[in-house]
Amino acid sequence: MHRYRFVLYRPLQLIPVLFGISVITFVLVRSIPGDPARVLLGPRSTPDAIARIRAQFGLDEPLWVQYLYFLKNLFHGEMGKSILYKIDVLKVLTTRIEPTLVLVFGAVLIALLLAVPLAALSARYKGRLADHLVRLFSTAGLGFPPFWLGIMLIILFSVVLDVLPTSGYGRDFGDKLHHMILPCLTMALPLAAVLTRNLRAAMLAELASDQVVAVRARGLPETIVFWRHVLPNSLVPAINLLAVNIGWLIGGSVVIESVFAVPGMGQLLVRGIFTRDYMVVQGVAMVFACASVLINFLADILTVAVDPRVRL
Amino acid sequence: MSAGPVLSVRDLTVSVARDEGWRPIVDGVSFDLQAGQILGLVGESGSGKSMTCRALMRLLPGARLAITGGSIRLGEEELTALDEAAMRKVRGGQIGMIFQNPSSHLDPVMTIGAQIAETIRFHQGASRREAMRQAIEVLRQVGIPDPTARAGSYPHEFSGGMRQRAMIAVALACQPKVLIADEPTTALDVTVQAQILRLLLDLRDSKGLSIIFITHDLGVVSQTCDSIAVMYGGRLAELGPKRDIIRAARHPYTAGLIRCQPGAAATGTYLETIPGQPPTVDAMPSGCRFHPRCPRAGETCREHQPAFISVDLGHRAACHFPEGPGQEAAR
Repeated sequence: MHRYRFVLYRPLQLIPVLFGISVITFVLVRSIPGDPARVLLGPRSTPDAIARIRAQFGLDEPLWVQYLYFLKNLFHGEMGKSILYKIDVLKVLTTRIEPTLVLVFGAVLIALLLAVPLAALSARYKGRLADHLVRLFSTAGLGFPPFWLGIMLIILFSVVLDVLPTSGYGRDFGDKLHHMILPCLTMALPLAAVLTRNLRAAMLAELASDQVVAVRARGLPETIVFWRHVLPNSLVPAINLLAVNIGWLIGGSVVIESVFAVPGMGQLLVRGIFTRDYMVVQGVAMVFACASVLINFLADILTVAVDPRVRL
Repeated sequence: MSAGPVLSVRDLTVSVARDEGWRPIVDGVSFDLQAGQILGLVGESGSGKSMTCRALMRLLPGARLAITGGSIRLGEEELTALDEAAMRKVRGGQIGMIFQNPSSHLDPVMTIGAQIAETIRFHQGASRREAMRQAIEVLRQVGIPDPTARAGSYPHEFSGGMRQRAMIAVALACQPKVLIADEPTTALDVTVQAQILRLLLDLRDSKGLSIIFITHDLGVVSQTCDSIAVMYGGRLAELGPKRDIIRAARHPYTAGLIRCQPGAAATGTYLETIPGQPPTVDAMPSGCRFHPRCPRAGETCREHQPAFISVDLGHRAACHFPEGPGQEAAR
């Protein structure tokens, strides 16, 4: 199975990516005006106290020394102490990672469950009522900004219908799922819209292809033509679109976690930026970068599995 | 020896919907396909030969095309009267079809074995295992070496000639009586082309297959076919046994085509051509559709459509002034 050999060496790509991300976030976060010590201590802090805090977190060292400390910590499996939480950033991250994972994967799952049947419906009944409705949905889904969509869903499901909680994150598994339905849906709708459009176009191209003429010439019914021949051939572009959009989804978690008060990575990032908690911002950026690379890696594996012609 | 033709087409008319109404693109085509014979359907691009074959399968591309007249009889069955479910049983079950470009006419993400087995499972309700066993047998019959292993290969893993064999295997999965071959050798290089023609002839002999062979290559026709139908502008120009058509074409168009073959020109002379362009659906000439390009055309040809008359035993031509064996010398 040498088509899958890339699985062995592709993870090595993570090394330069993470190195680049660490440099960029390190420099960027420190170029934001403002001083973490001053933010932490408030407007009535004394210069002495500020200097003490700065020394405690190593902020008085030259930039390159700070960076080397950061790298050294990374090799020890630490990400430095959070200025706000006073504990290692990695510990802060582990408590925050679950809601974001649930959010992103839930959103992708809902988007797929919506997009595949809708695109299939639309492509099979092209130009008919069903097609027009699906296209209306996909245009609308692209047009609504997520924060507005989130608020509208809260009004509908939490205020008017009173079936789902407005915000927060639950305690046990069922409760968590219950809380995450609306955030996931908010994130899923625009993604489903993009996916539907893309899948519909791919399916239409495939429906008009030579190979489909040949399958029909073998007498196979339209259901087999569609699900066994059209759909598998339409999946590759959709997989890649999904992988590319993961970055956008992770970025979107910042907005959605704020709207729904979900205690996840996105919310942590916002708070980290406001308090100039350099270590937290760096940590979140590293995790997001890793996630992005990993998901694209998974997409590559999927593409190879779906299309036997692909070699990576 | 044979009890009538396997496939009998009468006055087949295929039309395209235009704003002002239906316009025929295949106009009153009639021919018989005898059991175990190969009929060559010859014509330029746009002459309606591919459209005729799509119509036989009732697989016209797009909603704007429809069979608007005539009959297609497969044995005792009238295909134009069948509903879609019954027609599906005919496609692949009784009539198989192969195409010019096997790379684009095979599903790239499904193994060859699975594509053959899928057809067998649908038509014969065979089990997965039994269908795959038959698929391997079909691959063996079309001359694919090591068929058991190759059944698990994807189309892109085959060479051009092998891929064409694989497509023939897919079409023949359910042992159809009739094979429609839409320019199956056009995209192949000459040696592979010869192998594929040989294979089709062998299959004809071993399975009693009847073949409609669409091509624009008279060289291929003269090697393989038993009879020839020449199409021009959506109509049949000439129909007859291969020997008669190649040696003594009556329709000026057929005669012109034969003179256009590279082999026909003497060394050092220019290759002959038929001047002008084939007509398009929306600008069909009146009378005989070939008259603007015909060296023999007269007043009658402009005004009256020639009847498809018998010029010899089993040999018909649609021409007011057919070329004849006697006139050949006078020229």
